[in-house]
Amino acid sequence: MTALKKIYQSLITKWQAITEYRFFLPAFFIVGLLFCIVVSCFDLMDQYIQLILMYIGINIILTVSLNLINGYMGEFSVGHAGFMAIGAYIASLLTIGVFPQSSGSFFFPLAVLAGGIGAALIGFLVAIPSFKTRGDYLAIVTLAFGMIVKSIIENIDAIGGPRGLLGMDKLSTLPWVFFWTALSVWIIRNLVYSNFGRGVLSIREDEIASDLMSVNTRQVKVIVFVVSSFFAGIAGGLFAHVLQYINPRMFDIIKSTDILIMVYLGGIGSIAGSILGAVIYTVLLEVLRPLGVWRMVFMPLMLVLLMIYRPRGIMGLRESRLFTPISDLLSMKFHRQKKEADNASS
Amino acid sequence: MPLLEIKALSHNFEGLRAVSDFNLNLAEHELVGVIGPNGAGKTTVFNLITGVYRASEGNIRFAGQELVGQTPHRITKLGIARTFQNIRLFRELSVLDNVRIAHYAQAAYSPLEALLHLGRYRSEEKRITDHALELLSVFKIDAFAFEHSKNLPYGLQRKLEIARALATNPQLLLLDEPAAGMNPNEIMQLMEFIRWIRKTFHLTILLIEHQMRLVMGICERLVVLDFGATIAAGLPVEIQNNPKVLEAYLGGEIVK
Repeated sequence: MTALKKIYQSLITKWQAITEYRFFLPAFFIVGLLFCIVVSCFDLMDQYIQLILMYIGINIILTVSLNLINGYMGEFSVGHAGFMAIGAYIASLLTIGVFPQSSGSFFFPLAVLAGGIGAALIGFLVAIPSFKTRGDYLAIVTLAFGMIVKSIIENIDAIGGPRGLLGMDKLSTLPWVFFWTALSVWIIRNLVYSNFGRGVLSIREDEIASDLMSVNTRQVKVIVFVVSSFFAGIAGGLFAHVLQYINPRMFDIIKSTDILIMVYLGGIGSIAGSILGAVIYTVLLEVLRPLGVWRMVFMPLMLVLLMIYRPRGIMGLRESRLFTPISDLLSMKFHRQKKEADNASS
Repeated sequence: MPLLEIKALSHNFEGLRAVSDFNLNLAEHELVGVIGPNGAGKTTVFNLITGVYRASEGNIRFAGQELVGQTPHRITKLGIARTFQNIRLFRELSVLDNVRIAHYAQAAYSPLEALLHLGRYRSEEKRITDHALELLSVFKIDAFAFEHSKNLPYGLQRKLEIARALATNPQLLLLDEPAAGMNPNEIMQLMEFIRWIRKTFHLTILLIEHQMRLVMGICERLVVLDFGATIAAGLPVEIQNNPKVLEAYLGGEIVK
């Protein structure tokens, strides 16, 4: 028992040392990217496994970005699939119609980026009126927004209407998905640990107090909403080029609910939690595939049990040291050492 | 010129007149108290000054700027900070973050720099964190810097709220019932503390209070509200013997 405890202790200290090492995350990024490139170039992994990994990446982007609104800011958005649809359609139309098909993989990042920017612009337009008033209007506005996006796409025949859109090449590859996932996690982490991020957290805790402590709450809300919809658009672009076919029904309220489940499963207000939620949910859906229709019973049931026994999710409001900025970790460490020294001297 | 100049301020809540014709001039470095029975409109006056409510009538001028119609965060940026009657800390956040949030308007970096953690981000964050920790150590709550603020004992929560307000770098501090829930001994300490922060941070202070001991002890002037109307104003000694004030507090018959 004591031996186990010792091993555990030494592991903890090692982990703490690793997370305080400035180049750990960049190194992890480069190694991960190289690994993905090698795997996809030489086909080292089963195609099916690669596909699941790509879905996991896309779901991580969706979950982290929605967590920004629902977890960190404490508002309730249910229209994430709408922004995903905008990104998916813009990116697909660009790779099919505008960029030359022969050098499609070269222009692919531009197409995805354009999808993200498109979604961000629409997000900006939605954010302006919905944050004019305080309260729970966002849920209603985003619900309506999701429906509007779906029916607009269904009624434009030029982009396939309800039949959907196909003809994209399979441009989403493991390295690209890894790259965009890492980028979105990094940027959202940065936002959370900044002046604006603290503003976001204070809005969740007490909006009036936050306003009175000089936080420009409206500015913060709009920034958060735009960043969140940007990454939903990115995820949409990637998603369309994995599946090579999109139709408006894919981006309905069910899809938004899926993302919500991942957020609340992993834990609100936590990046580590979002990643965990996305991985667990995506893998579980695949593992439970043999159950057929019952799969769709199991998942909501899980959500109900989760809300009863762990309402804040697995990581709820806690963050892994991995995603905490090193300056914060060091000042915390310094603080603890000083406290221990004070205790020892007194 | 007074630092804060309130003229003919009135506010209605759907027909109910919460504050009517309120006038107040605050000179720099003054310490003035607003007293009155429950529901007299004291907190409403604070909410009008800080922009939580928009005044129905009247003017509030602070250091030459009109405050009516401005948003709360703009008013805080101009140099007015406040605390709350029932403590409103950011409960799930650390003590340090509570104070760092109040530096929002002072952080000189753009959203883009925040997203990429580039440019001025690093130096500004260090400056803000250092300043927040310094403030906490001045208030002797730095030992709790990384605790959730909800876990602090009550008295320290009150202190943290004042520290957080001071982090916005105010000229005028509004204290809403700072002595609520304190025993006489703690009130004595609080009086010392308020005098001390006024001197150290060069503040003008306006405070709302029920505890006569505190108000009579430290305020230089008093304004008495009852049913939204100003019924008396003057030195604490004058107020103490003012029949109208006694009537408002104790009821009409006892006075005679």
